[in-house]
Amino acid sequence: MDFSVALLQIKPKLGRVADNLALIQEQVEQAIAQKADLAVLPELALTGYFLKDLVPEVALTLDSPEIAALQELSKRISIAVGFVEVTADFQFYNSAAWFEAGELKHLHRKVYLPTYGLFDEQRYLGRGDRFRAFDTKFGRIGLLVCEDMWHLSAPYLLAMDGATTLVCLSSSPGRGVDDQALGTATAWRNLTTATARFLTCRVIYVNRVGYEDGVGFWGGSHVVAPSGEVVAAAPEFDSATLLASLTDAELRRERISSPLVRDENICITLRELSRIDQERSC
Amino acid sequence: MSRLNINTKLVRRMLVGFLQDEIWKVGAKKAVLGLSGGIDSALVCHLAAEALGPENVHAICMPYKTSNPESEAHARLVAEASGVQFSVVGITPMVDAYFDQFPDANNMRRGNKMARERMTILFDHSALYGGLVLGTSNKTELLLGYGTLYGDMASALNPIGDLYKTQVWQLSEEVGVPKPVIEKKPSADLWAGQTDEEELGFTYREVDELLYRMVDQRADTDELVAAGFKQEFVSSIYGKVQNSHFKRRLPVIAKVSGRTIDRDFRYSRDWGK
Repeated sequence: MDFSVALLQIKPKLGRVADNLALIQEQVEQAIAQKADLAVLPELALTGYFLKDLVPEVALTLDSPEIAALQELSKRISIAVGFVEVTADFQFYNSAAWFEAGELKHLHRKVYLPTYGLFDEQRYLGRGDRFRAFDTKFGRIGLLVCEDMWHLSAPYLLAMDGATTLVCLSSSPGRGVDDQALGTATAWRNLTTATARFLTCRVIYVNRVGYEDGVGFWGGSHVVAPSGEVVAAAPEFDSATLLASLTDAELRRERISSPLVRDENICITLRELSRIDQERSC
Repeated sequence: MSRLNINTKLVRRMLVGFLQDEIWKVGAKKAVLGLSGGIDSALVCHLAAEALGPENVHAICMPYKTSNPESEAHARLVAEASGVQFSVVGITPMVDAYFDQFPDANNMRRGNKMARERMTILFDHSALYGGLVLGTSNKTELLLGYGTLYGDMASALNPIGDLYKTQVWQLSEEVGVPKPVIEKKPSADLWAGQTDEEELGFTYREVDELLYRMVDQRADTDELVAAGFKQEFVSSIYGKVQNSHFKRRLPVIAKVSGRTIDRDFRYSRDWGK
C-alpha cells in the first residue's frame, strides 16, 4: 500500500514525561492534519536520553495512561514511538511501540545497548532478546532502536522475517567536526543507505534534536528508498516535521531489478552460524 | 593537513545551538562573561552575541593595575565588534587590600587570587542580570591544568572547552573576532610581557598536535614517539594532564552511605530541563 509518513524530529525534555507526551500529541495532531498515515518519533521521545538514575522514575507500564493516550490517538494515524518500559517484575527497557488502529501492534525492546564512549545504557537498562517483523497497514515492518541498526544481523533478521520497511528510532549525539559533514551524520547515512540497498528495504530513520549536558543530537532524519537513495531528509540540529510518500511501485521495481532477498540463502547462513557457535563453545 | 582542522561553519552552528538550548531551557535569556582582551573570551563573546542577541550578553573587563593597557583596549574592540553590553570593573583595590596582609605572596598566589576575584564579580553579575556565566577555557588549557581552579575555570556553561587552542584560532576567524586579538601572542596578562608559550615552554601548535593524538586518538607512547614527538615531551605532557586531573573533577566525597552524590546518585545536569 502507498502511504505517507511524517518523521517527527522533536526535542524532548529530559525526564519530563507529561511535557513530552503533550509535545508528541501536538506533533501527531499536525501530522494527521497533513494527511500522514504514519507518525514516527525518536528513541526515548517520551523521556529524553541521558536518563541515568531517572530511568525508574520515567518508566511506563504498558497499561499506563500515557500509553493509553497514544493508543487512542492511533485510531487516527499509526504511531511509532520510543519510551522507557517497566514490566510487572520491574525490568526496565529502552522500548519502541507501534500503535495502530487503537492497538499496541508491536513492542520492540532495544537489544544492543551501547555501553562505551559517551554511552552507558546497559548500566541502567535491560536488554531485549528478539527481532520480529510484524504486519501493519503498510506491509511488514521491522522496528529498530538506534544501536540495533549498527549490528548487521538485526536488519538482516527483520528482512528475512519479511519486513519491507525498516523503521529506526534514534537519539544520536553529533560528533566529529573535521570534515565537510558531521562525522555521525555521514556514518548514519552510509549505514541506512547501505542497509536499504543490501536488503532492498525502505529505511525510515528518525533522530531527535536538542542538547543534554552539552551533547547535541543532530537530527537529520531521513527516508531511504529500497534503491539506497535518500528520498527525503530533515535539517540537522533543528526541530522539524518531514513528510514523505512511499509507494509499492518503487519497492516492486527494486525487488525485480535486485532480487537479493529472494536469493539470500538462509540455510547456508544458519548452517555456518551453527558451526561457528559450536566451534566457539568448544 | 592536520586532523586538528575543523569545519568552522559546522562547529559554529553546534556551539550557537548549544548556548541557546542550554541557556533558554533553564529559563534564562542572558549570559555574563569576563572579557580579557584575549582570543578565548573574544570567541565566546562572539558566539554568545550570535546565540542570544548582543543586548543579552554582558561582557566585563576586569583589569588589575599591572594588566597590559592593550588588553582593555582589545576587550573594547571585541565588545564593539560583537555589539555586546560592556563594562569595566577593576580588581586592584580588592586584590591589594588582601595582599597588604601577605606582602610576600608570589606571582602564582597573586595570579590565582586575581582569577578568583574575577570569578566572584562574574557570579555577582550573574545574579544582577539573571544571566549564566560562560566559561572561556579551551581544551588545551583544561587538559594541561593551565587555569585557576574556582577562578577562570569556574562557569555555568563552556562552549569552547572541547576545542584546542589551534581550533579556537580557526573558529575565531570564522565568527569575525577582530584581527589584532587573533594575531597577538596568548598571555595570562598577570605581569608585563608574560606569554603563555614562554611560560609553558612549548607552542600551542606543538602541544595541540600531541594532545590530539594522545587524548582524541588514544595513541600510546610508542606510537607518539614514532610520529616524531620527543619521549621527554610526551612524558611531561602526560604528567601535566594526570596531575591536573583534580581540577577537572568535582571535590571528592568520602563514601559512607549506599547512595553517594556522583558515584551512585547519578543524574544529568539537565535533569528535568
